[in-house]
Amino acid sequence: MYNGGKIIIGLIIFIALVTFPFYTNMGKTSEQPAALTSSPDDPHIGGLKIGQMRSEHMKILDQWRDEVVRGGERFITFDGDQYEKSLQIGCLGCHAKQEFCDKCHSYAGVKPYCWDCHFAEGEGQL
Amino acid sequence: MGMIFSLIAVIVLVAVAFVGTQLHLSGLFGVAIPYLAFLVFIAGFVRKVIKWGQSPVPFHIPTTCGQQKSLPWIKQSKLDNPSTTLQVIGRMALEVLLFRSLFRNIKTHRTDGGPVYGSNKWLWLGGLAFHVTFFVVFIRHLRFFTEPVPAWVNMLDAVDGFVQVGVPHMLITGVVLLAAATYLLLRRIFNSQVQYISLAADYFPLFLIIGIALTGILMRYFIKVDIVKVKELTMGLATFKATVPDGIGSIFFIHLFLISVLFAYFPFSKLMHLAGVFMSPTRNLANNSRAVRHINPWNPKVHLHTYEEYEDEFREVMKSEGIPVEKE
Amino acid sequence: MAIKPKPNELLSAINYAPPQKQWMDNPVEFKKGYYCYGAKPKNLEYIGFPNGREWNSADQDWKLVDNWKEIFLEGMENLLKKFRSFRLFMDICVRCGACADKCHFFIGTGDPKNMPVLRAELLRSIYRRYFTVAGKLGKIAGARDLTEDVFKEIWYYYYQCTECRRCSVFCPYGIDQAEITMMGRELINLLGCCTDWISGPLANCYRTGNHLGLQPHTIKSNFDYMLDDLEEHTGVRVEPTFNRKGAEILFVTPSADFFAEPGVFTCMGYLLLFHYLGLDYTWSTYASEGGNFGFFTSNEMMKRLNSKIYAESKRLGVKWILGGECGHMWRVLHQYMDTMNGPADHLEAPVSPFTGTKFENAKSTKMVHISEFTADLIKHGKLKLDKSRNDNLNVTFHDSCNTSRGMGIFEEPRYIINSVCNHFHEMPDSTTRENTFCCGSGSGLNAGEIEELRMLGGLPRANAVKYVKEKHGVNMLSCICAIDRAVLPPLIDYWMPDVGVCGVSELLGNALIMPGEKERENNLRGEPLPGMEEKGEEE
Repeated sequence: MYNGGKIIIGLIIFIALVTFPFYTNMGKTSEQPAALTSSPDDPHIGGLKIGQMRSEHMKILDQWRDEVVRGGERFITFDGDQYEKSLQIGCLGCHAKQEFCDKCHSYAGVKPYCWDCHFAEGEGQL
Repeated sequence: MGMIFSLIAVIVLVAVAFVGTQLHLSGLFGVAIPYLAFLVFIAGFVRKVIKWGQSPVPFHIPTTCGQQKSLPWIKQSKLDNPSTTLQVIGRMALEVLLFRSLFRNIKTHRTDGGPVYGSNKWLWLGGLAFHVTFFVVFIRHLRFFTEPVPAWVNMLDAVDGFVQVGVPHMLITGVVLLAAATYLLLRRIFNSQVQYISLAADYFPLFLIIGIALTGILMRYFIKVDIVKVKELTMGLATFKATVPDGIGSIFFIHLFLISVLFAYFPFSKLMHLAGVFMSPTRNLANNSRAVRHINPWNPKVHLHTYEEYEDEFREVMKSEGIPVEKE
Repeated sequence: MAIKPKPNELLSAINYAPPQKQWMDNPVEFKKGYYCYGAKPKNLEYIGFPNGREWNSADQDWKLVDNWKEIFLEGMENLLKKFRSFRLFMDICVRCGACADKCHFFIGTGDPKNMPVLRAELLRSIYRRYFTVAGKLGKIAGARDLTEDVFKEIWYYYYQCTECRRCSVFCPYGIDQAEITMMGRELINLLGCCTDWISGPLANCYRTGNHLGLQPHTIKSNFDYMLDDLEEHTGVRVEPTFNRKGAEILFVTPSADFFAEPGVFTCMGYLLLFHYLGLDYTWSTYASEGGNFGFFTSNEMMKRLNSKIYAESKRLGVKWILGGECGHMWRVLHQYMDTMNGPADHLEAPVSPFTGTKFENAKSTKMVHISEFTADLIKHGKLKLDKSRNDNLNVTFHDSCNTSRGMGIFEEPRYIINSVCNHFHEMPDSTTRENTFCCGSGSGLNAGEIEELRMLGGLPRANAVKYVKEKHGVNMLSCICAIDRAVLPPLIDYWMPDVGVCGVSELLGNALIMPGEKERENNLRGEPLPGMEEKGEEE
């Protein structure tokens, strides 16, 4: 007994599973988030570069949160200007959430829990 | 010897990928090699399975691990000794998803009064943890190959990170995968019986997978890379519009290269047990060989010693004992 | 006992720590008492096997043919094409080691090459070298050249495997060393290197229909002895028939059952049962062997020997076939016979003439196990039994490897035992049912010259018997296998004397209240029944 039919069905299932990324994207052009158009080497507030902000911002925010909530240190000074360590007042003061947060997060499949508590202007509370 | 050889081999692979990115060969390591490895994986896998399929299963040889189906009032052990296709599916599901056979594992201890047997589930636990977490990690990576990311992939990610430790939140499967692979490696090194039977081909995939898990974890938590650019690259691969964006760290290319090696190595190695377990005739057949005839396609023609030849030799003694004969 | 070392000497010599050097660097050392004599030319020639010659397995020169290597490798390629199991099991082992300490020969000898995984690697290393690309790299890829020493190593260890399948139960992919051993032995037989103990029964069975070489008149006279004994013990004269055309059922059992103790007592049990029932059945002198040493040799030889059963059932015109208690016999009947020599269209699906039970599980092969048949009779209240006649026995049950892991007949014999005995005790779970341990002498290994190996291989089984002997006072080890009945008595005697060995049908024969029987004073062994001891002495 060869059970050729069953083997071929098994192989088809196997190929269907491992090639899922190819046919699911068939005919699509992957759209990158617009924010990517700026160069990683461009400067960002605080002596950081855009590239660093992209890969490290979650750490900075995490650190800020601890400093504010646990240490009461609400402000940070860059180049003589004082900024509030705040997601809503600080980051969202310049950046629009939809453009600068959501696009990349959803693109990369990241679900930060910032928005469990915070909400951006124009978005309703839960 | 096999262990050192394999360790060096994996270190060399890491070095190759690192040097490659320093030489700006990211096109090679980011596009050409992954494509090639994937092709080799698919083609080699299919070829191997077909090779197995070309050999028939001449005899019906399930290993029965429970009560057979016989008289209606005797309780059959349906999952350990299946007699129908549905029951076989059940047995195979238990085997593939829960490692039923490994769960039976017992350890023999030598005592002065003779051998005794104790329960031993560590291999089962380590093996299952390794395979399940590897599978989840594999599926999670679909977030790099789909746009938009399907909700179920995001959900898997959320469940995996539910402890919400650290930023980005720690994914349990990655840590468990590394721990389980390390356990399997240490077991191979320090269990003298397992060490004795181990070949380079046993250490190499373990080192490779540990390397993959380590670079992955490093990349997520410590030596960060721009994840959006990484996805630009992976989506390029998935849509056959491959590009290599600037500014992705070497660690990513090392990770990707080790994965490529694993894919290309897979069909030529013991890792093919992934397909083999489904084709094992001691597991995937129903124990119904007296109720349904199993066909052997090459059932040989053989010389038989016929009754006529037998009677010709023994006719006289048979007659003298009153045993009936065909020819008087 | 013939072997010199005392049990405690053997026991204390067991060491599970493997040597320092890699296994390929430890050449095989032929240890006396661990390997069989080589096949005699006349036996090989009778069955048409190649390279029959006078040779001695202890010698350096095995007198192999010049092109033995090509024959071996061609044979291997052929088997890889014929058996998916072989190709698959060569490819997918991950050497997890789950099987390592499951083999009774490893547990008994501590020889690391008796770990099933390593026994398989002996052949796998050849497979890699000659049938895979990576294997060209040699040792680092786990490959090695086929040399005469390597062949001898395979021979040595493939005749230290009883094809019991215990490893296969624990393997996550079901890799079955029994299957690999069968392949190895096929190759060994291509080179004429069968053992004497296997080739003798093969030639006998081919010629006379049974392993022991019993000719028709000898079979008849053996039965006459049994019938006389039965008459003495029960007062009933049983009159079986031989080669009788038109009988409803053909009965086939291993020839050991009508040859030597304690098998003959089991046979007496069958005879009483069939007489009690008035079963319309016949024995055959042509198909006078249920067992099949071909199973330990090659698939073709297995088919040649097995063919007699269907051929005889056709010639005699019976409706179906009933089979006696035997282990590997039932593995062959259950998993191979219909495929090899079927379809059995000349027979009818078996139905018990007394209970009307249709044996649905045997409707294609048309062969029923005596324990299935008997359990059904007892369940339907067709047998009058006096359990107390076995009251002097504290019984345990040894599951035979082949009927356990190649069939799964567990409850039927237990049901019978519990119906005919008052005192039944199980051995520990890790040593019964699918976890059962081999007797240590299966698959053609019950040769006298390897007694030391057999004692060590049987140690796990003997040790479990010892446990229930000490805990429950067990004094009778019952089983449904003729090899067990032949080899367990010396094994038990060696490790802890005073436990008997019997077939389940013997226990049944003791308890069965025969119509017209005299007052039963003795059991089938001629020993006094419980309560009759003094009466026996008076006489």
